[in-house]
Amino acid sequence: MSAEELKKVYTDTVVDLALENDDVFVVESDLSASIGTWSRRDELKEKFVNVGIMEAQGVGVSAGLSTINLYPFYHTFAAFATRRVFDQLMVSLAYSKNYGTILGSDPGICAVTNGGTHMCFEDLALVTAIPNIVVYDVSEPIQMREILKDNYNKKQLSYIRSSRKAFSNKLDDADFNLEQGYSLLKKGNDLTIFVSGILCEDALEAANALDAEGYSVEVIELFRIKPVNEDIIINAAKKGPIVTLDNHNINGGLGSAVANVVSEKYPQIVKKIGVQDKFGQVGTIPYLKEQYGLTAKHIIMRCKELLVD
Amino acid sequence: MFSNQIRYTIMDELECAGFGHYGGSLSIVELLAVLYGEVIDATPENVNNIDRDYVVLSKGHSGPGLYATLALKGFFPMDWLKTLNKNGTNLPSHPDKNLTPGVDVTTGSLGQGVSVATGIAYGKKAIHSKGNVFAIVGDGELNEGQAWEAIQFASAKKLDNFILYIDWNKKQNDGWSDEVSKSGTFEEKLNSFGFFTQMVDGASVEEILSATHKALRVHDRPACIVLNTTKGQGIKFLENMENNHHIRPDESMMKELKKAKEELKALLD
Repeated sequence: MSAEELKKVYTDTVVDLALENDDVFVVESDLSASIGTWSRRDELKEKFVNVGIMEAQGVGVSAGLSTINLYPFYHTFAAFATRRVFDQLMVSLAYSKNYGTILGSDPGICAVTNGGTHMCFEDLALVTAIPNIVVYDVSEPIQMREILKDNYNKKQLSYIRSSRKAFSNKLDDADFNLEQGYSLLKKGNDLTIFVSGILCEDALEAANALDAEGYSVEVIELFRIKPVNEDIIINAAKKGPIVTLDNHNINGGLGSAVANVVSEKYPQIVKKIGVQDKFGQVGTIPYLKEQYGLTAKHIIMRCKELLVD
Repeated sequence: MFSNQIRYTIMDELECAGFGHYGGSLSIVELLAVLYGEVIDATPENVNNIDRDYVVLSKGHSGPGLYATLALKGFFPMDWLKTLNKNGTNLPSHPDKNLTPGVDVTTGSLGQGVSVATGIAYGKKAIHSKGNVFAIVGDGELNEGQAWEAIQFASAKKLDNFILYIDWNKKQNDGWSDEVSKSGTFEEKLNSFGFFTQMVDGASVEEILSATHKALRVHDRPACIVLNTTKGQGIKFLENMENNHHIRPDESMMKELKKAKEELKALLD
């Protein structure tokens, strides 16, 4: 399958929605050139709202649009879409029962050379503490496209984190199921890896290497972090140990979402691979994966601690 | 006069609660009387119609003032005012649009309401919806950086359906605003941001009304009206009190407040 830039998928989807529907608006905080909506601003006319370098205002304007039944898609980098405006997300949007989609681009190590100030390892911890918000970690074009359309159709408040880079769909379109909130990437019996976002390929590489050694490892991409699909987590816990893989602090990310379900519903060991309570730094993706222990090699090592020969 | 009715109702409402934000509720009484009595077209019947005027009380701690006004205009029963801040009430300290009929925007976290108000004004212009957006901010609230984001946005987008009222009552929770944070001259600042700016006596219904009519005739830019007010406005005992932002009256204080309320009552009868 051919790869598509997720920033282009975002831009094309929200612009098409805005051109087809009178009530859709595209809100930016001076990063529209980075995500791509800038290139289509002339088509959008007044439906393109660049508020300037003002993230609180970006959320406030989005809440104002929702107040008069207009649906906003607001984008900025993940760090600014969450930690910088947490109270605005909480009060102006969620507590007020306003709706809209917030795209936080370049989450975690995707911030690469922008470094520690932009490297947000806590966005999921923050937004999952907001009641009634639907949270996604997107890794492929079909997810981005379908989630954006679904958020608009359901008029829901949603946070999406996503890389802006090019990725391919991992399943045939017919096998993708948005409602269930996960994709089965590889079957296995001994251990389950839960993963999301840009680390799916690393999880698969590790699982295939372990299978070659005679183990049987399952890989499930949990792209909806909240509300999380509890059934698939409980089923995995019944089968055996669980490993989670996070482009996020181990506190409050995908691993925490999985462990919350397992500890209450079917106690089982959960090993959390992710950023071990550290800050970000400048680097390339391979370098940062190595620095934070997110490579296939690290995953294999942690899985083997749980697998019996 | 509507302003006397609102002021009396606020005093009664806060007396029932036993404590509350007297100072900032009273300083916007004349403004509320002008907006709800003379200017806006929002009624209990058209709350679900977006082609109407919106009022955003960004200084959410003045909720008791807004509630008194909304009840007098029939948005909900007067009896509700006795439940201010009681368990399970529809009238919390800070306005919640999902609890109280007539409240357009949930406020209380300062600086956010004015941003939301500019979003409403922008959206209304974009879809050619009728009606204006009237936002009320406190001078203390303008400590918040977000309020200035909203002011820049309103000017950049030429929101001539947006009128910003600054309740310049000179005090905030911890004392005199100029001692807590140097705010400069609001009139000059808003002018420099591109607003059509006027300064009026915030205790004068006539001046507020005339300035509002003038502001509504402005095209291609937003308008600001700085209200020169007094915290605790209209109740001498409170005007003279040093810390009058949030008051929990003791017995002797309550006696004074009740006396002031009765004097207002006499004006109404």
